Parts: sequence; structure tokens; C-alpha cells
Amino acid sequence: MAIDPTLARELKASGVHVTSLEQLVNWGRSSSLWPLQFGLACCAIEMISATMAKYDMARFGAEVFRPSPRQADLMIVAGTVTKKMAPQVVRLYNQMAEPKYVIAMGACAISGGPFKEGYNVLKGIDRFIPVDVVIPGCPPRPEALLDGLIALQEKIRGEKLTGSARARHADPDAPAEMPIPECGAHDIVPVANRGIWNPPVIEREEGGAE
Amino acid sequence: MSADPAVVLESLRAAIVGLRADLRRNPGPAAQHSILVDPDHLLPVMRHLRDHCGFDLLTNLAGIDWPDPKLADAVAVPDDAGDAAVRAAGGFLEVVYHLDSTKTRGAPLVLRARTADRSDQVSIPSVVGVFRSAEFQERELFDLFGIHFTGHPDLRRILMWDAFEDHPMRKDYVAPDDYEYEPTPHGDVLEKARKHDPPKP
Amino acid sequence: MISDPPIFNSSPVLEGTDEDQLLRVSLGPQHPSTHGVFRMNVELDGETVVKLKPVFGYLHRNHEKIAETTGYLGSMPYTDRLDYICPLSNNWAYALSVEKLAGIEVPERAQHMRVILAELTRLVNHTAFMGFILADMGAWGSALMYAFREREKILDLFEDLTGARMMANFMRFGGCRNDFPDGWDARLRTLIDHYPHFLDEMEEFLLGNEILLARTRDVGALPKESLINGGVTGPMLRAAGVNHDLRKADPYGIYDRFSFRIPLGEVGDCYDRIMIRFLEMRESLGILKQAAAALPGGDFVNPKIKIRNFKPPVGESYARVEGPKGELGFYLVSDGGPNPYRYRVRPPSFINLTLLEDMCLGLDLADVVIILGSIDIVLGEVDR
Repeated sequence: MAIDPTLARELKASGVHVTSLEQLVNWGRSSSLWPLQFGLACCAIEMISATMAKYDMARFGAEVFRPSPRQADLMIVAGTVTKKMAPQVVRLYNQMAEPKYVIAMGACAISGGPFKEGYNVLKGIDRFIPVDVVIPGCPPRPEALLDGLIALQEKIRGEKLTGSARARHADPDAPAEMPIPECGAHDIVPVANRGIWNPPVIEREEGGAE
Repeated sequence: MSADPAVVLESLRAAIVGLRADLRRNPGPAAQHSILVDPDHLLPVMRHLRDHCGFDLLTNLAGIDWPDPKLADAVAVPDDAGDAAVRAAGGFLEVVYHLDSTKTRGAPLVLRARTADRSDQVSIPSVVGVFRSAEFQERELFDLFGIHFTGHPDLRRILMWDAFEDHPMRKDYVAPDDYEYEPTPHGDVLEKARKHDPPKP
Repeated sequence: MISDPPIFNSSPVLEGTDEDQLLRVSLGPQHPSTHGVFRMNVELDGETVVKLKPVFGYLHRNHEKIAETTGYLGSMPYTDRLDYICPLSNNWAYALSVEKLAGIEVPERAQHMRVILAELTRLVNHTAFMGFILADMGAWGSALMYAFREREKILDLFEDLTGARMMANFMRFGGCRNDFPDGWDARLRTLIDHYPHFLDEMEEFLLGNEILLARTRDVGALPKESLINGGVTGPMLRAAGVNHDLRKADPYGIYDRFSFRIPLGEVGDCYDRIMIRFLEMRESLGILKQAAAALPGGDFVNPKIKIRNFKPPVGESYARVEGPKGELGFYLVSDGGPNPYRYRVRPPSFINLTLLEDMCLGLDLADVVIILGSIDIVLGEVDR
């Protein structure tokens, strides 16, 4: 049940803070994201820069980088995901405790970026794990990472914990773990998790029926 | 000793009896000429260069895939007076070695060795026993080109995973058919997308 | 007469220990001390390392194959992403190789600009190195904060010049992409004047520190003959006392005009490797001062260069620079077409790792982290 904003303001003036459990939980979650200390490539250097003196990610409550996935709730995929690395990235995601969020930082993590033509380059980490925020750039500036972090925080604040539109982690039927691909003879098997990623439909010039 | 390949070759000929090696001219402006060594003589040549010519640092190994041997001879032009024995007829794989010296100044010496063909006779002796720096680089060439280095202590794939079967740096390697999304597909990308995801009925 | 190198397949430490008692640890690819996605399979007898096999390829992104399908200039932005801490020296090495391949002259001003940018890159790399090696020793945060504070100052200069903080894509065949913007030289001079203060501060902060001394002295030293035979180059080799710096040994650009010294270590342990980088930064500042003072006018790029349809003549070339991490070389083969027939990077980070196992055997697991940190690798270059 929503709280009447006028009433809430009046009560606040007299020292009483009224909120809903959902708002409280989301506020708590969004304000203390613990990212996984995990860098893949060039973007990781900008991620480190974002936590260092000049940019100071601590201002947004997300500076506690955890080396263990068990203690982290935000995975920043910072860099090129190769096919050799993809199973490890999915495994790390599976090891993180719910609720967990993923930021795909940089062109490589989004789509393969400049290395898209490579035989060993995964064309986007969203083929295997659900991504919440994408930050374009090669590499994105630290400001862009902070912006992406704020966008994620806003997304978390708007999450529903109950009802049909509830967040993925509040749905007991939604999968918490993603299948881990295997390194095969010529390519990784399968090439994508069809449950969460399907190739976008390409418009064909021959007509709309296909 | 200077890195002039002609001088080095003379010293090698004097030291190794029956040496099959041949001076190759670089036709480009770089003019870094090289010595093509028969694989059978590669190890004695390397040892001689290290122990008697001062080339103590093997800096770089590069593999090249030559499906067309004419092109290989256009890049490294054979001297007419050279040994005919080291000329291959079909396509082959080649390893280019750059040897440097920590004692003298100047550009590195370029050595090359060729396999007999590209399919089953792809062996070249490993130089790890002479220069340790070749250890990982030879594994890389084994991985990406499929050159087999005989005598290497630990010849495994290095960059790709162990179950991988192809040699991606070869010219005839076909990359896996990965669907690549583009917002405005055209040309090859559209063709690739059609082939990859056939239209649903 | 030099003897053949020993190959460590089973270490002498293993004798007398029960193989069933060994602890096998897979360090990486996700590990805070591996500087990216490097992995080592380590076997431990208690705390002692008895076997260490590096596993590569977790960042193998096919740089060489992609370069064979792109034009010569198209590979320039990819070189930025090799060793992503120091893009500008990578740019230079590649430009140098193509210039050799096609016989291109570089104007005076561009030569000076290149020296300035390469030495600034060396400062960036060694400064970041100081932060990272301290983080490896457990001083997580504070040293890195100081290092990145200084790094940002140089990155600001790079950004004003090239438009990007890291991925410069700045050098062109026959020169550079654009000239120094107005006021850039003055800012450069201010930076050069202020940098020694940071170095003094950092040296005072670190070099007498008891913990640093205990963790780094006599750790990871190898005889210099082994290092040369193992292909180790750069500060690692010079820390062991081998006078081999390509700026003097095979001069490229206009380095032969500047006066500078090559700092050499004695023991070659991790302490020497840290110290040598401090000394190199001071020499770099000297070169920067000379180059900035001598900066002539004129073209920043050779005006005769054809940008479109660039096809070097048939041939091959190998050119190298003394990168901050060691000898960075590019070997190119041209068949006369618009794309290189073969494009090979000689990655110093990768080849410097050849002797990693030999350095670590018999030491504690915690020393492995320091030794790896002192080699100063960047995975973009190790795996390419």
C-alpha cells in the first residue's frame, strides 16, 4: 500500500519517518553495493581509477570491492570476455549470493567491441548471464562507470518485491544459477543461453512475413 | 660479431661441416636480410651463434603460414647461388627467429626455418635446450599454427584451451559461425545472420 | 662457453616430500593479485612452492589474426589495447615497424613529440607499478591512491592531446596525429618540475620501509645468465645488472641525442626491481626536460604520407622499442597488399614470464605474488 506523500511529509516534519518495507529494503540494497573485485582487461584499469583518489566511488557507497564472489552482490564485467574465460565468468556469477546485479562495462563486455571478429572472443556477456546496466565506451571513463552505478541504484530503488512484476531475485521460480558453457573442439558449447538470450530479429528486405 | 647475415653465414659455414643454409634477401626498404637454415642444422647453428658469435638473447619467434611458396620467396628472396636443398615445393610453415646480443649494439639477426609441408611433416627441432626464452613462444606457435617442435619438454596448447582442435592463425582457418547482431545489417553480416538463424515458417 | 639452460620440470625441493601431501592451488584467473586474468597452477608442500605452471589465454583476443584482416592503420587502435597501461609506447613500436617496412621518414618535431610521449608513458607505467606492487604486499589502497593521483595528472595531459585518457591511437606512420595544443608544453614543464616531489615522497614512504625490505630483499633473484637466456628484457634484466637498454643498444627515434644513464641493479631481487623503476623515472624526467627544451617547430607528420590505400612494398620488418616493461617489437610481413600478411607482436610481459617458475621454486606462496608483481605484467599483452 502506497503512503500518501503529503502525510509522509507532515509526519517527517514532526520527526516520524514513514516508509514501506520495500522502500527500506531497496534503499539499503542500493546504498551499499559490494562489487566483485574482478577485472578482465583495459576497462578494469578505469574501474580502479574510479575507486581511486580523483573519482572516489566511495561517495556512492560502492567502494567495498570483495575478492570473493560469495561476499559480493555486484559484478562489473570490465573487459573482453574470451571464450576461454566465459565459463569462469558464469561460474563466478553463480557463486554470488542473491540479490545480485551485473554491469557490463565497455564495448567488449556488451558485444565483443573492437575484438568482435576474434575467434576466441565472446560477443557479449549477455549471452550467458542477465545484464542490468550496460555502459558503452572503449573504455568508458570513470565518470561513465559512476553514472552506470547510479543508474543501477535507481533501478534497485524501483524494484518490486511482490506481485507479478517483482524483481528476478524475488521470484522463487526464476533461475538463480545460469548453465555454464563448455569449451568444445571448435567453439564453446552452447554458443549462448537460449533461455535468456535470443538473437534479435533482423528485418529482411524481401517482406515482413519471415 | 655484427648482425650482418652474410658475415654470420660465413662463420657458420666455417664451423659446421655440410651446413645447408642460404642467405635470403629482404626486398623491402627495411633490408633486414635473413638466413634460412635447414631444420636438421638448426640446433648446431643456434649453439654456434650463442657460444661463438655473442648472440645470447633469442628475443622473438614468429610463425608464418605460407600456403603459396612463391609468396614466401618473394618476401625472403633466395640468392641464386644458394643451396637448392632448402627450397620447398609446396606450401609450408615457417618460424622466424630474431637473435639479439646483450654485448653488442645493433639490430637483431634474423634466422628462418621451414617445415616440409603444411599437413603431416610439420616438425622443427625445439631450441628450448639452447634458449630457454623459446619455451612459451614455441608452445604458442604449436597452438596457433600447429608447428610441432620436437624435443620441447612441455608442448601443450597455451592460449586456447586443451580441447581445442584447430590452428587459428593458419590462413585457411574458418572461425566459428557466431551470429553478430547489427542494427542495420547489410552485405556479409546479413548473409551470415540468414545462414545462422533460418527464418521460421 | 655458455652451458645449456636448465629446464625445471620437477624441482629438487620435491625430493623427500610425499606427493600425496602436496596441496594443489589454482591461483586465478579471478584473483586480486594476478593483475587480471592470469592463472597459475601451484603445488605446495606446506607453504613452499614446489611446482608452478602458468596458464595463459584467458584474455587471448586474437589481436594478431584481426590485424591480418585490417589495413595497416586499422591496427593502430588495437595496439593501444595490448599493454593498456602504456598505449603510446605501443603506438610508437608499431609505427616504427611500418615506417621501416615502407621506408617512411619522420620529421624532427614528430620525433621529439614521440620521445616526450614515450617517456611520459614510462612515468605512468612505473608509477602505477609502485601502487600495484604495494597492493600485492598487502598495503591495499593507500599506495595505489598516491600512485593513481599522479597518474591522473599525466592522463590529463594525454587527454588534452589525444582526446582519450587511455586509448590514445595517436601515432601515425610518419609522425603523430595532431600537434600539441596551445599551452600544452607549459603544462608539461610544470608536470616535469613537480614530479620529483612525488618521487621523493614515494621513495621516503617506501624504500626504507621495514616491511617492504623484509618482503622483497633476496626474493626472486636469478643469475643474470639465466635471465638473458630466458629472454627477460627491460627493468627486470637491468635490475640484475645487465646493461641492455634498446634506447642505447639499438637506438631508435632520436634517443642517441639525449644524455641519460641506464640504472643498473646488483642482485636482481624484487627490491632491486622496485628501485630500478624509481631510478628510471628520474632518468625519464631528465630526457623529458631535454626533449621539451629542444622541441623544434615544423611538421608533426610527414606531409607526403598517403593515408588512403596505403600499401607498403613486399618485404618484412622487425622494429622494437624499449617499452616500460621490456623489448616491445612488431614483426610485419607485407605481400604488397593493403593488409599485413603477418603481424606479430613481441610481447615483453609474456616472455618475461618464462622464468616465473624458476624464480618462485622453494619460496613461500606469498612470495609468488610479489615476484609476479615485480615482473610487471599486463594481461592484454601477455595473451594478446
